[in-house]
Amino acid sequence: MTTTFDAVRHQVMWNRLLSVVEEQAQTLVRTAFSTSAREAGDISAGVFDLTGRMLAQAVTGTPGHVNSMALSVAHFIKRFPLETMREGDVFITNDPWKGTGHLNDFTVVSPAFRGGRLVALFASTSHVVDVGGLGQGPDARQVYQEGLFVPLMPFAEAGRVNEWFLEMVRANVREPRMVVGDLYALAACNDTGSERLLAMMEEYGLDDLAGLADFIVDSSRRAMCDAIGALPQGSWTHSMTIDGFDHEVELVARLTVGDGVIDIDFDGTSGLSDFGINCPLCYTIAYTSFGVKCIVAPELPNNAGALEAIRVTAPENCILNPPHPCAVYARSNIGHMLPDVVFGCLHQAVPHRVPAEGCSALWTLRLGAGQGITARAGSQSTPFQIMSFHSGGAGARPGLDGLSATPFPSGVRNVPVEATEAITPLVFWKKELRADSGGPGRMRGGLGQTIEVENREGAPFGIYATFERTVHAARGRGGGAPGALGRLSLASGRTLRNKGFQVIPQGERLVVEMPGGGGLGDPATRDPAAVERDVRRGLVSAEAARRDYGFGPGSSRTAPRR
Amino acid sequence: MMYQDIENKQEKSITGAPIRIGVDVGGTFTDVVIEHTGGRHSAKVPTTADAPETGVIEGIGAALERADVVPEAVSLVIHGTTLATNALIERKGAKTALLTTEGFRDSIEMAYEHRFEQYDLYMERPEPLVPRERRLGVPERLAADGSLLMPLDEAAITAHAAFFRQEGVEAVAVGFLHSYVDASHERRAGAILKRELPEATICLSSEVSPEIREYDRLSTTVANAYVRPLIAGYVGRLEAALRECGLACPLLLTMSSGAVTTVETAQRFPIRLVESGPAGGAVLARNVAAAHGLDKALSFDMGGTTAKICLIDDYRPQLSRTFEVARQYRFLKGSGLPLRIPAIEMVEIGAGGGSMARVDALQRIAVGPDSAGANPGPACYGRGGGAATVTDADLILGRIDPVRFAGGTMVLDGEAARDVIRRDVGAPLGMTDEVAAAGVSEIVDEAMANAARVHAIESGKPLAGRALIAFGGAAPLHAARLAGKLGIDRVVVPPGAGVGSAIGFLSAPIAYEVVQSRFVALDNFAPVLVDTLFDEMRAEAEAVVRLGAPKSQLEETRTGYMRYRGQGHEIAVELPECADAEEYRRRFDDAYRRLYGRTIPALEVEGMSWSLALGAVDQLPARLPATPPADAGLPSARRMLYDTEVGGSVEAAVHARADLAPGMRLVGPVVVVEDETATVVPAGFDLTVAASGALVLTWKTPD
Repeated sequence: MTTTFDAVRHQVMWNRLLSVVEEQAQTLVRTAFSTSAREAGDISAGVFDLTGRMLAQAVTGTPGHVNSMALSVAHFIKRFPLETMREGDVFITNDPWKGTGHLNDFTVVSPAFRGGRLVALFASTSHVVDVGGLGQGPDARQVYQEGLFVPLMPFAEAGRVNEWFLEMVRANVREPRMVVGDLYALAACNDTGSERLLAMMEEYGLDDLAGLADFIVDSSRRAMCDAIGALPQGSWTHSMTIDGFDHEVELVARLTVGDGVIDIDFDGTSGLSDFGINCPLCYTIAYTSFGVKCIVAPELPNNAGALEAIRVTAPENCILNPPHPCAVYARSNIGHMLPDVVFGCLHQAVPHRVPAEGCSALWTLRLGAGQGITARAGSQSTPFQIMSFHSGGAGARPGLDGLSATPFPSGVRNVPVEATEAITPLVFWKKELRADSGGPGRMRGGLGQTIEVENREGAPFGIYATFERTVHAARGRGGGAPGALGRLSLASGRTLRNKGFQVIPQGERLVVEMPGGGGLGDPATRDPAAVERDVRRGLVSAEAARRDYGFGPGSSRTAPRR
Repeated sequence: MMYQDIENKQEKSITGAPIRIGVDVGGTFTDVVIEHTGGRHSAKVPTTADAPETGVIEGIGAALERADVVPEAVSLVIHGTTLATNALIERKGAKTALLTTEGFRDSIEMAYEHRFEQYDLYMERPEPLVPRERRLGVPERLAADGSLLMPLDEAAITAHAAFFRQEGVEAVAVGFLHSYVDASHERRAGAILKRELPEATICLSSEVSPEIREYDRLSTTVANAYVRPLIAGYVGRLEAALRECGLACPLLLTMSSGAVTTVETAQRFPIRLVESGPAGGAVLARNVAAAHGLDKALSFDMGGTTAKICLIDDYRPQLSRTFEVARQYRFLKGSGLPLRIPAIEMVEIGAGGGSMARVDALQRIAVGPDSAGANPGPACYGRGGGAATVTDADLILGRIDPVRFAGGTMVLDGEAARDVIRRDVGAPLGMTDEVAAAGVSEIVDEAMANAARVHAIESGKPLAGRALIAFGGAAPLHAARLAGKLGIDRVVVPPGAGVGSAIGFLSAPIAYEVVQSRFVALDNFAPVLVDTLFDEMRAEAEAVVRLGAPKSQLEETRTGYMRYRGQGHEIAVELPECADAEEYRRRFDDAYRRLYGRTIPALEVEGMSWSLALGAVDQLPARLPATPPADAGLPSARRMLYDTEVGGSVEAAVHARADLAPGMRLVGPVVVVEDETATVVPAGFDLTVAASGALVLTWKTPD
């Protein structure tokens, strides 16, 4: 029986650490420039002990950095041994293989000192607006074409910022002030974390984090073991075919539940792409771990103890473990699909806890116009580059319909149409849910959406297409039907390619129809009241209700005219 | 019916009005406070949900009787209510429709296309207030610069109106794209709807919330339409009922911003009344801060279900342009409906006396956000509540006197508290009852401290050097420990905390704020355009304020919502009276540096929205006089009090608050008990009683 209060103190300090990294993340979001960081939260922040174990990671942030940032810190410690670190040192990289998967993501690591002694490391990652190279899109054939590659190096030494490095960055990117602003924001948020940590150590009279770190890691590992122990042991294999770029991609996973660990191996997965959709192993690990955690232990915080129980491997030279110098810009295209593959395995182990497949990869509109891209020098049309996050439908869930126009697994937010129109010559004529796109099922898949966009100056504009599920739909489970395929086209009728840069000619409207999520369970068993509601709301047409759900004409009502 | 007297002999009415009444209509109780030359009297009666004016009249009658004042002598009634909030939470508003630009009827359903909870596969977004079948598109379109891309199809509106009529629609929200630049299409649509649907309420987004970002603007407009029939009807009935009782004085209503406005404005924009109850609490805290000369304060309001924390600088509660109502999901950001209204910025978390404690999968103590509420309430209430709550833990720790609770109307069951804390926390973790209870208390205090820290960093304001102003039933029990965690060394517990919001209303300023979006780049700046915009806003605000303050001197504050080009979040920048690019830039840089510690040279600055706040010159209470030291009497009792800072029990003196007089000084550990709560003064804190009757706890810095 514990009569002393120490056990409670450890719990309280753990909660404090979670707050410390949340403050670190919020500082980063509030000061970021790139759309994906500030609007979409494409960042992460965490604190590490001196053995490189992640103790806490901010909830604010993206699954793409789960574990990948953690692995990154190990690379930094190896390159810059702890005994050589000085107060005021800050380290940086955007190495896709040692960071978080593509050149746009910079990771910054800062040592924290208390009384002259190194006590912890803070790391943060953020997506910067530009790194030079081709710019947006998956068209590069080698990482060299994708922009500036910064190996692990000092950003600041003993408090002095490496000005030559910044000079180099400025000369290589399209928005030098914003990019350098984002790099400073990364360093500053680590300082915020450090300050808060030191205040906590002062309050509790801690000289180091060793005891607290063991408590966090051990408790988490135990809880993860318990969660895994509740699953049946065994191995399950699942595969999913997706559109790819130069060839279809077969994603194959074998998931093994063992004694306190889950192993996922991607042997059998397709080989490399010649274009920028290859997914470095760090990013493969991130989204695979995320998928497992969502089903097995969603409530456990991300830290070394919880994550070390999930082990991910992929053979070299497959699209999930590409070597340098493969092009990797649009690695999320593949990475976002991995939770669906994991779910396919887990569905066999625990049948009623897993959703159907969804749109999964984002349908981000990367649009631009300007000299050399869509116009000749001297053109009067307004140049612009935007990245606007949008999503199709998510898969139906046990007991619940899929979420419409909602990202999963990514955690981004959209950009308001009015905000985009205020800074570009674009006009969005339509942004509406796409009827009949949700896969029929006892639980219906989420609906995709349709966007129609035009350049109101009558000038051409370009799209850097990076879209999936235009050939291979999100499949249903347990008798549920697939969601509708996505489609990219011109209003005049011509279908566009799902990948790569293309120009929308003068006066044309771009039509983007986003895919729906898969259904779960036999559509014939769907509650007729739910079908009636969907028809009344125009989410399912009367015709589809008859065809897919056998919903009789006698009971169907006509939805109001738009 | 419960009556009470607030010990308030020294403090005179702080405004010129001789007799004023504050009314706070909450979900469960209606509080009435009357302030007159003889002091303050109050009444607490159950809220009569079906016709809230009945409860108000009953409460006012009781308070008048108690104060021995006739209705005719009352000069002003100020009213705040959670009715609008509750209508949104409980979905009890009008049958509402939305008319929007064709192609955009799903904007309020798609929201931010975001999952606010990443790991929860079962997350659901709130249902829109208007279902899809009543959201119709109209062919029309303006560009972002206001130029016409497609004319308004008036025939389509007439056709839609026929459908609305057939469906029995009671309220219609109209929101077209870019209407914040040019409202002509919305106005025309509104006129047609008024003609076709003379009985219905019509709300235009260009009037309710003329701000860029379509989802937020439409969400606000729809919510306004949704609650308007209900609130406008209630306010009208209330006004009539007051007159009938002889209260012919003006009626003013408290808004989310903490300021008050007229019946006319409240009826037109009832969405601005959301959360006016908690706003009243923040106004009370501001007054306490002013009376005690605390220019940096943190208000801490902890009740049965939630705790609310608000930063108060220079006696002004922090204001925000956004508010999220009806968060359905553990109070998580993003799980409610966004409203673009001027509101006092507060962080609210699910931590209150009724918050339930348990052990999570990580063998950690977890508390809240689910709450046992007031009924059945914590296990120690003995009303059949089976959950281990924060109040049960507080009882075990010796903070609450079991026989004095709620003025002695209820005897708390200490054994029941021990049983549930042992069962839900102590036994699973192998802890004694005391350690388990202390753990529950520490975890809830840490949760509140963390919420305050993250809120402070989001606001770019440090917590160090602030004073904590604690009110609400559970706050004085936890305030000292919370202060310790935040590095705060002064805590003030004002008297009358149980009706704090109603007291706050009495001194709420008469003010109104309008906002307008207009994209302006500072490197391409037309001062005339901005000045004209502000002039229009001034006229609009003045029209409202003059109704409530016809002769007062007015004070104006101009604010720009500005950012570096390329950023997504604007910051609020207070602006001078004349538009000037250089001065705007300088002020932006200052504000940015204050928030984030640095500026980014050579990057262009742009403004997205502009607001103008206009109000009668705000009268703050005068500084309290110093009190000569007085001897505190002997404690009424002694009891064991668990000190979570040191992790053990100590003997504490118990004093009744009614026995304490200004100037008295006590040294912790002490517990000061009163009917509704108790103030815990741990070892290391000194307690002095201020002239107002407030308890002031000061941390003694160890030498």
